[in-house]
Amino acid sequence: MTTFHSASSSSTHGLARRTVLKGAFAAAGVAALPTLAACSSSKSGGGEASTVVSFGSNAAVPEPKGAYQTLFAAAKKSTGLTIDVNWVDHNTFQQNITTYLQGNPQDVFNWFAGERMQYFAGQGLVSNVNDVWDKIGGSYTDAMKAQSKGSDGNYYFVPFDYYPWAVFYSKSLWASKGYQEPTNWDDFITLAKKMKSDNLIPLAFTDKDGWPAMGTFDYLNMRINGYQFHIDLMRTGQGWASSQVAAVFDQWKQLIPYYSPGFLGLTWQEGANQILNKQAGMMVLGLDQIGTIFTGSNADDLGFFAFPEINSTYGQDSVEAPIDGFMVAKSPKNSAGAGKLLEYLGTAAAQQLWLGSNPADIATASGVDTSKYTKPQTAAISLINSAKHLSQFMDRDTLPSFADPVMLPAIQKFLNSPSDAASILKNVDAQAKTIWATNG
Amino acid sequence: MNHLASITLSQPGRNRRLRRYTKRDRAALTLMGGVPLLLSLAFVWLPALATVALSFFNWTGIGGFSDMKPAGVNNYRIIFSIYPEFPPAIEHNLLWLLVFFVIPAPFGLFLAHQLNKQLRGSRIYQSILFLPVVLSLALVGFMTELVFSPTQGLVNNLTGHAGQHNLIDWLGNPSLNIWAVLIMACWRQTGYVMILFLAGLKSVDPSLQEAASLDGANEWQSFRHVVWPALRPINIVVVVVTVIESLRAFDIVYIINQGTNGLELLSTLITANIIGETSRIGFGSALATILLVISLAFVLPYVYTTFRKDTRS
Repeated sequence: MTTFHSASSSSTHGLARRTVLKGAFAAAGVAALPTLAACSSSKSGGGEASTVVSFGSNAAVPEPKGAYQTLFAAAKKSTGLTIDVNWVDHNTFQQNITTYLQGNPQDVFNWFAGERMQYFAGQGLVSNVNDVWDKIGGSYTDAMKAQSKGSDGNYYFVPFDYYPWAVFYSKSLWASKGYQEPTNWDDFITLAKKMKSDNLIPLAFTDKDGWPAMGTFDYLNMRINGYQFHIDLMRTGQGWASSQVAAVFDQWKQLIPYYSPGFLGLTWQEGANQILNKQAGMMVLGLDQIGTIFTGSNADDLGFFAFPEINSTYGQDSVEAPIDGFMVAKSPKNSAGAGKLLEYLGTAAAQQLWLGSNPADIATASGVDTSKYTKPQTAAISLINSAKHLSQFMDRDTLPSFADPVMLPAIQKFLNSPSDAASILKNVDAQAKTIWATNG
Repeated sequence: MNHLASITLSQPGRNRRLRRYTKRDRAALTLMGGVPLLLSLAFVWLPALATVALSFFNWTGIGGFSDMKPAGVNNYRIIFSIYPEFPPAIEHNLLWLLVFFVIPAPFGLFLAHQLNKQLRGSRIYQSILFLPVVLSLALVGFMTELVFSPTQGLVNNLTGHAGQHNLIDWLGNPSLNIWAVLIMACWRQTGYVMILFLAGLKSVDPSLQEAASLDGANEWQSFRHVVWPALRPINIVVVVVTVIESLRAFDIVYIINQGTNGLELLSTLITANIIGETSRIGFGSALATILLVISLAFVLPYVYTTFRKDTRS
């Protein structure tokens, strides 16, 4: 301020315009220096003690942010570590992950299980956390352990919370209509027909954003072709033109007449509200999503059942249960601290503290006090425990550069014109081959 | 635009004037011309050329130069052969361009002409019509959702089409949603074009129009033969702005559904492939190069011929 002022006053003393310009440049330069200096000094101040662990969070919005703040305060009490958090918007964090991990990432950061985790582990952009698992291994199931390992067999991931995908409904609506949970495809379709004649939308389905339909594909594929076929298809990108995948889309065609009108223009929130408002009978969605619509007194009205059996060879043996958790950067500034923090975050106590009254997720570690869970949360545990296999979600199980740019529009195209399924799949297959060939 | 104009205008007397410049003048001019030039090279043309170069490689964005694998023209081959979103994207960009030329450009001129007549309250009309230009396009995207959402939107609820059986799916029907978006885009663009033309009309000497009407010209004739020719420099600006705005269209469709299902645009395809957890930098760069070529193909010939005519006359 003062330098600018002197520059302008000097012009009134009859100095040439250029001198003023020069002055302004100098002023700008001088003004820039202290701020730069301030930047560098504040940065160097952060890493002097080993009691600080930096944390890259994708939870900048108030709801999970508050829970994390409570959690980190408790972590400080328990471990003596101060957690220096960088809050980033969820989608921004995801989209920038490649640049982020190659730049100056925080020691520990939020991430997801599945191919999403294995890909970055394979690229050498994260550290293994085998030491942490020596301590926390006892409180995790084998399925969880499998989801935390890279393809080289090392642990790279510590699971924190997760949630199942299932077919959700309003218990009070079903009680008033006398509907029963179907377990196989024929009963499922019969029920949908019944709902239609009862003037309900049988299946709330919404796909404006493109990703919610992926959950239906995953379940159909796992029910028809089994978990192993599904996961191979996701990981390798081979087989999109096969008759097995064509069968999935054939089966899917049977559901489309029962979907919400205008479903490609609706968000999942609008669909979940159709369930809440008893306009629609059922919805294939994640507890993490619909749980945020059925809150408070409505929480226990949320019922769900496993996606129905189609092929008796596979029954209902797989559950789609996306796991969120943490990973450690390639060269953390405080490696020991990062490990200590993860050991704490891998405890049931920490996870339950974070969950608080959140009815949309469940803890990954065993030993949680389930009396604090809502009915849907308790039911989610038994659904997941009954599963032989856990899948993550299409955009977590396959290459992200394939899931969103290729599969998302392909599925939307199929939903628009189901009769074009064959040509759509042929194209998906061609694109998958080029993407896997170049992505290594 | 402006610096192009000043360069061409100063050309005739260039040599004579240069001699009058002192060393300090020249240093100052070099600095004032050089710094923006360097900035433009560093932040516009270098990245643009790097994009063109990257389009001939496959790269995930992980690792350095050694991790980029030469791909030849393979990325382009994929785009033109098996990338189903590419033809609709080109189609939508061209449709956008066409609609912008057919609706907001003439309508903006019409409004500007009306407002220029010193109507009572013309400032108020002007502000109302210009208001959408001040809003960010992302906000216009949110407004599009509020207006056109099939179940909760304004249009369907006012017209009674929000029910289950007669629902008009403005956002999800791939042959309808582009029009919903274009209505909102035109609403904004009209105000933009209007203000440009209004500025142009203000600079037309009113005595010319008076002279024309004294000579018995009706309103259309005086507009056609007096005002329109005087608007030439503004027309160039409007054409360039229209082309730029329709080729860089992005925000509204991105807010609605990230540019899928009937709302594909070149810009959204580029982001879908480059911005993401695992990117196809080469593939996205090839799309960006195509967009660059299209932009240049539209803007360069027009700007070139216009300025050549100007310097000749």
